[in-house]
Amino acid sequence: MAKKLNLTLKVWRQNGPRDAGRMETYPARGIDEDMSFLEMLDVVNEELITQGKEPIAFDSDCREGICGTCSLVINGVPHGGRKGTTACQLHMRNFKDGQTITVEPWRARPFPVIRDLVVDRGAFERIIQAGGFISVRTGGTPDANATPIAKEIADKAMDAAACIGCGACVAACKNASAMLFVAAKVSHLNLLPQGQPEKNRRAQKMVWQMDREGFGACTVTGSCEAVCPKEISLDFIGKLNRDYAGALLG
Amino acid sequence: MKLTAGLFQSSLGRKYLMAASGAALVLFVIGHLAGNLQIFLGRDVINDYGEFLHTRPALVWSARIGLLAMVGIHIWAAISLSRENRAARPVAYAQWSPTVASYASRTMLMSGLIVAVFIIYHLLHFTTQTPAVNFTGQDFAAFAEPGEGGEPRRDVYRMMVVGFGQPLVSLFYVVGVGLLCLHLSHGVSAMFQSLGLKNKSWGLTLDKAAKAISVAVFVGYASIPAAVLLGLGKEVVK
Repeated sequence: MAKKLNLTLKVWRQNGPRDAGRMETYPARGIDEDMSFLEMLDVVNEELITQGKEPIAFDSDCREGICGTCSLVINGVPHGGRKGTTACQLHMRNFKDGQTITVEPWRARPFPVIRDLVVDRGAFERIIQAGGFISVRTGGTPDANATPIAKEIADKAMDAAACIGCGACVAACKNASAMLFVAAKVSHLNLLPQGQPEKNRRAQKMVWQMDREGFGACTVTGSCEAVCPKEISLDFIGKLNRDYAGALLG
Repeated sequence: MKLTAGLFQSSLGRKYLMAASGAALVLFVIGHLAGNLQIFLGRDVINDYGEFLHTRPALVWSARIGLLAMVGIHIWAAISLSRENRAARPVAYAQWSPTVASYASRTMLMSGLIVAVFIIYHLLHFTTQTPAVNFTGQDFAAFAEPGEGGEPRRDVYRMMVVGFGQPLVSLFYVVGVGLLCLHLSHGVSAMFQSLGLKNKSWGLTLDKAAKAISVAVFVGYASIPAAVLLGLGKEVVK
């Protein structure tokens, strides 16, 4: 029989994009410690609905840590601070009975709050549209090994491609900088042979779009890497800095 | 055009300018320290060094103009980026944890601005030798000693001894270089990241080296007012 927890939640409530919003306090009683953080919110919402109140709006999709949809700042840390873990994979056994937990949305001007804990991450989509792709001729499927790629390069590109675009890096950064996301997306394609023809244009356009969206700059504090559920390395930011310099000179 | 816009308008470009100007300023800070530490080699040595600089106005003025340009670029980049950084988070978190972000990395703007005020004071104190700011009632510009051939020359040694003989002035210097070194403990390693020259294979070594350099610079600079307050050069102020 799993242990039950009684908790106090302080949650950001905001009726819509134009509402000022405020923190509200709710009890979370009889929470199974094997529940995920999102399941705990589901239980609280059931209770709110029973009482005729508006449930807390929050984003979720796969609930298995691979889609990047959940976006909660828990006790001041995006995704709650467990290494390499999204909020949906954070279990209540990581909390203590009687604890007060604050839950807030990602805070960044380019991520406006839609409602409560749900933010609009369209800015990331527009950065991808600016250059996060390769242009290929359509036609027959190429042979699997037609383009040889060294294992080290493939591994590194895969490490960058692991980014699920959740935006925790922006939420954690004191400047709300999107450098880790952009660095991962630029590096993923710039490392691979298929990405070479558009390498410079990609770095330049994605950086410009990032700036245009209103994200802050990188101060090299390292907090993005620390909270990244996919543990994307700061080394990619160094690579983006090199690639962008190369694009300016090239 | 692409290069100019990329450097001066994009966030990454302004970080390159910040890092490159910062690198030039760090090299000056180390060179200036090496020059000043000659006070421990005696009055003749440091006064020879002062004379060496003063008889080469072309060298000194090119360095000054270069440094002023570097300071200008560094401060302009810092202020323009900081404004955007603040605008990027209009609503603050009710609870926010810095996780691994160091105190130095979170306070770069403030430590930098206080150091800028300290530098202005330092220039008025020892470069323009404005009597009103030295709080000793003496005019440093009038300090002279007989040089080679009996010609009077600047007495840098006496200026430093009298100047740092004021405990509050010395304390301000120690605070100023303390904040400079806090700034450097982050900046010296972060500039490599901004220029794309840092990675995990030597990043930790670089972080440690940045801290070691900052501590060494602090100890070096603070040793001068400390030595004066402990009696260095008291024979010249009798």
